[in-house]
Order: sequence, then structure tokens, then C-alpha cells
Amino acid sequence: MEKMSRVTTALGGSALTGRTMHCHLDAPANAISVCRDAAQVVVAGRSIFKIYAIEDEQFVEKLNLRVGRKPSLNLSCADVVWHQMDENLLATAATNGVVVTWNLGRPSRNKQDQLFTEHKRTVNKVCFHPTEAHVLLSGSQDGFMKCFDLRRKDSVSTFSGQSESVRDVQFSIRDYFTFASTFENGNVQLWDIRRPDRCERMFTAHNGPVFCCDWHPEDRGWLATGGRDKMVKVWDMTTHRAKEVHCVQTIASVARVKWRPECRHHLATCSMMVDHNIYVWDVRRPFVPAAMFEEHRDVTTGIAWRHPHDPSFLLSGSKDSTLCQHLFRDASQPVERANPEGLCYGLFGDLAFAAKESLVSTESGRKPYAGDRRHPIFFKRKLDPAEPFVGLASSALSVFEMEPGSGSMSWFVDTAERYALAGRPLAELCDHNAKVARELGRNQVAQTWTMLRVIYSSPGLASAASLNHSVGKGSSCGLPLMNSFNLKDMAPGLGSETRLDRSKGDTRSDTVLLDSSTTLITNEDNEETEGSDVPADYLLGDVEGEEDELYLLDPEHAHPEEPEYVLPQEAFPLRHEIVDTPPGPEHLQDKADSPHVSGSEADAASLAPVDSSFSLISVSHALYDTRLPPDFFSALVCDMLRFYAEQGDVQMAVSVLIVLGERVRKDIDEQTQEHWYTSYIDLLQRFCLWNVSNQVVKLSTSRAISCLNQASTTLHVNCSHCKRPMSSRGWVCDRCHRCASMCAVCHHVVKGLFVWCQGCSHGGHLQHIMKWLEGSSHCPAGCGHLCEYS
Amino acid sequence: MRLATTANEAYTASLAVSELLGCKQCGGGRGQDEELGIRIPRPLGHGPSRFIPEKEILQVGSEDAQMHTLFADSFAALGRLDNITLVMVFHPQYLESFLKTQHYLLQMDGPLPLHYRHYIGIMAAARHQCSYLVNLHVNDFLHVGGDPKWLNGLENAPQKLQNLGELNKVLAHRPWLITKEHIEGLLKAEEHSWSLAELVHAVVLLTHYHSLASFTFGCGISPEIHCDGGHTFRPPSVSNYCICDITNGNHSVDEMQVNSAGNVSVSDSFFEVEALMEKMRQLQECRDEEEASQEEMASRFEIEKRESMFVFSSDDEEVTPARDVSRHFEDTSYGYKDFSRHGMHVPTFRVQDYCWEDHGYSLVNRLYPDVGQLIDEKFHIAYNLTYNTMAMHKDVDTSMLRRAIWNYIHCMFGIRYDDYDYGEINQLLDRSFKVYIKTVVCTPEKVTRRMYDSFWRQFKHSEKVHVNLLLIEARMQAELLYALRAITRYMT
Repeated sequence: MEKMSRVTTALGGSALTGRTMHCHLDAPANAISVCRDAAQVVVAGRSIFKIYAIEDEQFVEKLNLRVGRKPSLNLSCADVVWHQMDENLLATAATNGVVVTWNLGRPSRNKQDQLFTEHKRTVNKVCFHPTEAHVLLSGSQDGFMKCFDLRRKDSVSTFSGQSESVRDVQFSIRDYFTFASTFENGNVQLWDIRRPDRCERMFTAHNGPVFCCDWHPEDRGWLATGGRDKMVKVWDMTTHRAKEVHCVQTIASVARVKWRPECRHHLATCSMMVDHNIYVWDVRRPFVPAAMFEEHRDVTTGIAWRHPHDPSFLLSGSKDSTLCQHLFRDASQPVERANPEGLCYGLFGDLAFAAKESLVSTESGRKPYAGDRRHPIFFKRKLDPAEPFVGLASSALSVFEMEPGSGSMSWFVDTAERYALAGRPLAELCDHNAKVARELGRNQVAQTWTMLRVIYSSPGLASAASLNHSVGKGSSCGLPLMNSFNLKDMAPGLGSETRLDRSKGDTRSDTVLLDSSTTLITNEDNEETEGSDVPADYLLGDVEGEEDELYLLDPEHAHPEEPEYVLPQEAFPLRHEIVDTPPGPEHLQDKADSPHVSGSEADAASLAPVDSSFSLISVSHALYDTRLPPDFFSALVCDMLRFYAEQGDVQMAVSVLIVLGERVRKDIDEQTQEHWYTSYIDLLQRFCLWNVSNQVVKLSTSRAISCLNQASTTLHVNCSHCKRPMSSRGWVCDRCHRCASMCAVCHHVVKGLFVWCQGCSHGGHLQHIMKWLEGSSHCPAGCGHLCEYS
Repeated sequence: MRLATTANEAYTASLAVSELLGCKQCGGGRGQDEELGIRIPRPLGHGPSRFIPEKEILQVGSEDAQMHTLFADSFAALGRLDNITLVMVFHPQYLESFLKTQHYLLQMDGPLPLHYRHYIGIMAAARHQCSYLVNLHVNDFLHVGGDPKWLNGLENAPQKLQNLGELNKVLAHRPWLITKEHIEGLLKAEEHSWSLAELVHAVVLLTHYHSLASFTFGCGISPEIHCDGGHTFRPPSVSNYCICDITNGNHSVDEMQVNSAGNVSVSDSFFEVEALMEKMRQLQECRDEEEASQEEMASRFEIEKRESMFVFSSDDEEVTPARDVSRHFEDTSYGYKDFSRHGMHVPTFRVQDYCWEDHGYSLVNRLYPDVGQLIDEKFHIAYNLTYNTMAMHKDVDTSMLRRAIWNYIHCMFGIRYDDYDYGEINQLLDRSFKVYIKTVVCTPEKVTRRMYDSFWRQFKHSEKVHVNLLLIEARMQAELLYALRAITRYMT
């Protein structure tokens, strides 16, 4: 209501009314312009030139100016402008270089008035003088701007842009004689209409063509320019040198820019390519648009505010052949949708978090954080009158303190460093990793590795004793309840299907797992978690036979294990196909199944004749070639990986993914894998584990990841004397012809590894420096610095 | 300093496309160095280009500082100083931009792996049976670890690259037929699909190599010494050339020089230049008075477009011999020739609706950062390059002539400038020149020395190379415009 009343006063009693609406044109529009009465709009394009009346509910076609049988190129409009003083006067710029004026007052059907054919190339822009009735300005691709007096047959004066194409010309609204022109080479020129010989001022505004400019309707000397470099800049021309006062970064090249009436800092933009929306920016807040109109389906080519004193109506034409009226109150406002939040780490690991009060209260009501000590502070922000964004009333600030010790991530670092991911057979890798996990007190992880080894590698490989040992040990220390659990919950005959389901269900209900050993899992939790995991499969089989027997493997096994060594790789693999562990032969997996299978429903038939007195060896033999498909477990393993990832232990997920390689990769979609990899790499890099992260990148099979270490592999060096970049060779400067990197010890040029002290920046050959510093703690260059070498 | 050794060894000037062994046989097995039993390769031909006498071309060692840095950069980037560089150095300003772009496309950060880039280069060059480029990139391809099996033909390459074959074909010969369905087919092919960034990279590479193939043939670039056909094992004393070297109507240089000197009187060609300049002057002056009607203008464009279909040299019947690697990539069922005979209709593309500066640039730079900038610079330099000279005349404004050439090429691709009077083309470009342009741009493999010699006879070789630069850049832009428009349509 408030807005409406303001509109009314501004318009002197005749308030504009209307709604957001659009109408279909017959052809794509190139430009639009509004009549000064704000009730009509002209749309021009390659094959359209029409005037529409803007009514409350719809656009009504009023006049088609494209008359005549033969379509003429003179009517193929690149731009159109309606005179702001004279309702009957229009001008168009044609793609063939003709400037046409139209007089709506002519009685005949053909309203064409005058034809200026002085430009040799496409005319990009025409512009009427804001107060003078007969002055028209045009800017063309041929590098000239021409000023026409409509009472004469040809141009009054010609302004030369030195053969650079002119993209836009705009008369200043305040200064009677001034106009601005923008050029394809990024320049903006200011001209005095009386002096065609040279421009008053010229400056480079953008990198690449400047497509548009607009004078501020009130602020004298403010000019907004938009360019192909995706920027809108606001220049203050009143000072001696044009000064950039604001800069808005958009996501696509800027085709049109128009200041919003009555709002000093608002301007509307639309883009030339790719992006179809119209944005209204507050230039003081250059990152989030104040409003966004998303109606168009193709690029917007023309925008115009309906009335010079009404900020709420915006008209637009588009390549998708529609003409739209946008109401500001219907615009989507990205600012509203954003949740203002602040997050900051303190010096001692404290975490402060500020958010809108409403958000925090709902959040905390739903899920209280255990163990955090929170000091919610509510405060009212003092509002800055210059700050236009007054939406925030109050916000909540929470501070989370670190519990001593609990935040330690040493287990992560240790694990990352000690895990083996490739280079050995699968079984060894699993054993190794299980050992690492156990030593760090992460028994569940250790158990998982052991299970993976059982599932995926032939039991024939490793010595039965050691395996037994590890399993036994694992279960004895890590899973104290395992036996009772098995006996209680799982009948020997329980089918694998049901167990699978159960495990899935459990994963959901599980709570924090990744915590270090200090987080004690309650017995109940323990039972559930372990039940959800792979170990259950194995232990189930365990119930029937004795542990020892189970893993006594047939020595005369018919299928010798294929060693799974991974070839050493180059530091920068040139091919993207990373040589991976060869896919394990299928029978390996089948074999691995054997201990489990004895309890599986699926194999009831084959089991039927098998007496309990039968040795399990024969069972395994009977099974591996027929029953279980090779990827029988992969669903389960994938669930397991997802479970770990969800718990936040992405390290486990990625490690397993790498170790298992082909066996599970295809069952997890690329995107998830990529996500895991990137998270893990990110974590590793935060802990400065560069080597590990690079190894992970190298071993990853996802294309997007493995190209990570191939980007930006160039190291640019500057000459130590002249400080200029050294282009051709790394050790001789082209400009000062001196060797840049001399060894401080032997005074020769260093062409390989150069090590230098970050304190005094002297350095030299790695070996020389190492040797020197063994004997002396001072810098070899004699600068007196006490260098440290670590 | 390989060039120094080639200085005065005069015998055949030819693109010896047939295999070395073939030459050896008819050369009488003289290739063996009897004493050591080691065959020493010797360069064939006369310097970097078969069309341009070697003494016209800049000698390595006599270049100025700017060219020297260019050579150094080129050598550092490619590990060689290839013949293309040696010919382009006529125009160092352009060469610099060209090398920078090519280096970026092939070696710097980009969405495609290195061996893919070279393989795409091979695919593109092979469309025009350009064995010169194919050989160069086969070496590079293997050098960066490409699988040699892929070189046996496109069907041995990964499915993803095979999918690109169709686009390559259409782009090389009938770019106006590219639709968003082509793009969609590439982007949505299950596990073999391309990403948009990869596709833009590939498209830029394809167009770059299509037009570079045009340059190679248009300037008669000689094969590199280490490539097939670039060397011979015959001792330099043998003066008679091998009969199998006469392909594409190229005879020995001596003979050609006699021919051109004998047939063309100097005064004739002198008048040619004068006449051209006179026409330019007339057009400049009378353009305001004589105002053609709109229909007239439109029909002029249509006429030019249609006529360009039939502009062909009469002697294009020769069968090009099959070449080693490129043979595997050829699909002879699809070429420019087939439909040009039938006068196929080329739809009109309005440059005012989709142009490089506004639309193409934005799209390329969005999907493959920095490359848009580089290509844009290259187009600008090529289009605006001028020394204000024409043959023996100085201080001539050649912009009209350059624009006519540029627009004629775009006209052949159906690209129309609303603000251009296509009547000018007819005035400024004579038939033999049109034949040359048409052949270089559309069927570069058919360019002969005769064509190169018969247009603009009084002009310097550097000016003819300049024309070639215009041709290849205009062609590249035309292909890019069609491909990028299809991508834009796909995206909206």
C-alpha cells in the first residue's frame, strides 16, 4: 500500500496498474522501447516490428509497422527507441546499416518517415536526445557515430571511433551536450555533441566489448556499463578521471543495463548468452541479486522500465518470442531464500556459529546436541541506515567448545599414513589395514577389513593360522558380546536374505561410530552395529563348525591364487585409464564364500546331502563353481561403504573402494564415488597429508579425480634479480642474463632440486645444503641467518 | 639448422605421398650408402613450402629479435620448428597468436587428456587427407602415450571418440547441417558421453585442424624431414625426379618457373593489380550514389552463394593417392564434392543473430576458459592484419578487399552479413582467385601449384600467405559458429 501511494505521487495522480503477464510474439525480439505515456511498448526484431498497448490484464497489439509485401532489410531491426518527448516519433536501427525514423502521426498505413543510409555496417544503437525534439544519435559497427537532425536529410555531424565498432550510444540525461559511447575494444568515450573532431574523454572500462551503458537518471555523472567480461561497472564521471565506484559480477556477458527508477542503487541487467533471467542488482551488494525475474525461456534481448518514475514495472522482450511485464513484487528474491550464517573457528578450536534465530530454534528443538556446551547469545543488530537489507531481526550465536582430547584426529592421520592401498595382493592389504586399525584401537574397522579379506580373497593364500589368530583376537577384544549375540539372535539356519535386510535396517539406526575409542559404545549399540556388519556373515558360519576347522584350507586347492600386484605407476600418468588390480577371477569370490554358505538358505539344496561330519573343504569345493554369483556380496559391501561414509568415516569408504578396486566399483554410482574421493582428499589436504592425498588421487579410478593432479602442474618462477617471470628456462633470466638460482655452497647454477631457507631465502643444491647444515647452523651465504633444515 | 643443408639441392618438389620404398624402387635402389650400409635421409624439396621459392622464405638465423623469440617459443613448445611456422613467420604478429592458441589447445590445462587432443587433431586432418598434419600428430600422439592400435582406424579408438566421427565429418564438409540432435547424441551416450566442456574443447580442436589442413595445402607445406615423404635416401646428385612424385600436377620447380614466366607477360599481370585497385577506388566512391534495392541485395547474396557451389577448377579429376594413416580415417562416401555437383541448398545463417564476438565467444569462454580469449585475439589479428600494401603499391587501404575475401568464405558456408553488398565480391575477386579460395576452403586436398600461381600473379608470396591466413580463420569461424549455435540451442 505504501508503495502504491508513492507511485501515485510520483506520477502525479495517475497510478500505474497491472500484473505480471506475458504475450506471445510471432518472432524473436531484439529490442523494446516504451512510450512516454507508459501505456504502449514497441517491440522490434529481425522480422517483427509492432506496437502493443499495455492494459491491466494483457498486452494488446495496436499497430504493425511492418507493412509492404516484400520484407526489406531496412525493417530488420537491431534496436528501437521511442522518443521521450514526442509520442509519435520512433527510430529504428537496421542490421544493414540503415537508420529509419517513424512518424505514427502519418495518416497512411506506412508510417515510415525518413531513411538515413549513411552507415556502412550494422547500426547497433539509436538514441534520441532526452530533451531536444529533433536530435537522433546512432552508433554503428563501422566505427562511426552520427548525429542526425530530423529536419534535414543527412547527418549533422559524424564522430569517429577510430574504426572500432560502436556498441552503444547514450545521451546524458543531465548534461545537454554530452553523450557516452561504448566500443568493442572495451573503451568508453565521452563526447561533446558540438565537437565532432575528438572525444572529451576516453577510458578502458572492460576487458572485451562493452555492450551497453546507461546514465543514472538522478546522479549526475554516474554511468553504468556492462561488458562481455561478465561485469557491470558503475563509473563516476564527475571527477577528473573516471572512477569505478561499483562493480557487479554476473554469471554471463551483460547485454543490457538499465537503472531502476526511484531506487538510487538499483539496476537491471540481462545477459547475452546462456543465462535467461533478468536481474535487479543493488550495486552495493554485488554478489547476490536483489531480485530475479525468471519468466523467459531464451535470452532476454531488451529490457525497459515502464515509467521513468515507477520502480515496480519492468518490461522485457526475448529471443523466445515473448513480451513480458514483470512486477517487482512478484520477483523472486534470492536474498530472502538465503540463510545468513556465520561460522568461525577460535584460536583453541572453539567454534562459533551465528544464524537466524528462527533457524536455530527449530533445529535445536528437534535434535539436541549431546556433549556440547553451548552459550546461546541473542542480540539485536544495530541497523545501518545505508544498509538496505534490513530483513534480519535477530540472530543466535552459539559457541561450541572443544572437549579436551575428543577432537583429536590423530587416529585419522595415523590411519591415513599407515594404510596400504595398493601394491600388494588383496589379502595382504586387508590384513595390513586390519592390523593398523586394531593398533589404533578401532576394532570395528579392523573387523571389517578382516571380513573383506575373507569375502574377497581366496582363503588359500594366507596362512590359516595367522588368519585365525587375527580373527580370534579381533573378536575377543573388540566384540565381547559376539558369541552371545550370535547365539541369541541368529539361528544357524537363518537365511542370508533376512540378514541382509536386517543389516540394512540397522545401518540406519546406528549412531556415531567413527569416534575414537574414547567414545564407548554401549553393549546394545555394539550388538547392533556389529550385527549390521559383514562379520555376521562369517560368524554365522562359525556357529556350526569350530573356528579352526573352518579356516583349515585345502592345501591341494585346484585353483592357484593369482598374485595381484599392481604395477608401479608414473608420477603423472599420461593415460587416464589407471592400471588397477586386475579383476579377481570369479572363483576367488566363490571360494571366499564357502565358510558363510553353510548357513545360507540359498544353498540349502546343495547342503542337504552334506552331513555335519563332512569336512568343510568339500563343501567349499562343491559350492564355488556353481552357486553363488561373483557379486553376491557386493550389495552388502556397498551398503557397508555407504554406512561408513554416512557416519563420516569417508576414509574407510575410500580405502576399501581403492583396495577392492573393480570388485565393487561398478555397484556404486560414479557420483557417489567422486563425492567420497573429493571429501577424503579434502580432509587429507587439511591435515597436510599431501603424499597420501596424491596417492589416493593416483589410485582413484574416477576420471574427475584422477585428473586432479594433472592440472596446474606448472611452476612459474621469477628471476631473483629483476623480479620478472622467467619464461624460457628455469635458471637463466632472459632479461638480465643472469643465473637466478645459484647454490650458496658451491656457487653453481642449480638445475634440479633447489632448497632454500624461508627465513633468509638463500639456498642451493639439496645435498650441499644438507651437508653444510650438518656442520654449521648459519646460512652458507654468510648472511648470518640461523637456518633451520627439517 | 636442417634448413641450411637444403639450400642448393635442387630436384623434385613434391609431396611424395607414396611410400619410400616405392620411390626407392623406381629410383633404382640408389638409396644405400654403399660404404657404410647406412641410409642417410636427405630432405626433399625446397624448404618449407612447395609453392614458395625457398629464397623468399625467411632463413633461420637471419630473423630479427621478435621472430627469434617466436621461433624459440615455438621450438620450446613443440620441440621442433615445423614448416608451418616457417611459412607463417611472414606475419609474425599472427604467428605469435597462432602458436599461443595452439600451445594452449594441445598442452595446457583443458578438459581432454593429451592423447585425445592429438587423436582429434589426427581425425580432423585426416578428413582432408592432410598427411602432413596426420604424420606430425601421430608422432605426438605416440609420444604422449597414446595407444598405437587406435591409429589403425577410428573403429579401434574408444567409443567416445568414434561418436565424434560424425560431427567431424559434418563440420568439415557441411557445417550448416549440424543440429542440436548431433550435440545431444554426443552428450547423452551413457558411459561414452562427452561433457559440455570436453565437447567444446573437441570442437575447437576439430575446427582448428580443419582450417590448418587448409593452410597446409593452400601454401603447399612440404613434409617434415622426419615424416614419410619428407626425405629421400637418394644421393643429392640425382637430378631427374621420380615419376611417382608427380602428383597433383606438380612438376619440378624449374619447369614451373619457365612456365609461369613464359605464359604470363609482366604487363598483363601489372594491369591486373591496377585494375583491382581501380575497382576498389570506384566502389569506395560510388557506393553512395548507386543504391541497390533490398531485393537486389538479397538476391546478390543468393547468387553468390549458389555460384560458389559451382566454382571449381576444371582439373579436379585427379585421384588422390591413398595415404598411410589418413587412409584409415577416410570416409570417402562423404565429402564436399558429392553434393556441390548437385547444387545443394545451403540455408542462410544471419550473422546478426549469432555472431562470434557476442555469442560464440561467451559460450566458449564459459565452457573452456581462456580459449575464447585466445581465439578471439587470433580472429582479430587475422581480420585486421594489413601492411597497407598491394603488390608494388604502398599506402593502400585493403580493408575492402579483406572484407570481401572474409565474407566470400562465409558466404560459401551460407553465413550472411546484412550490412554487406555481395556485389562487391564479384567486382573484387576474379574467377581464378575464387577457384583458389573455394578449393582451399572446401577441398584443400585438391589445391595445385597451378592454382596457387594463377591468382594474383603480381602479388608477393607474403601476401598470398596473408590471404591464406584470412581463409583459414574465416573458415574456422564459420565452422565454430555453426557448432556453437547448435550447442547453444541444445542448452536452451
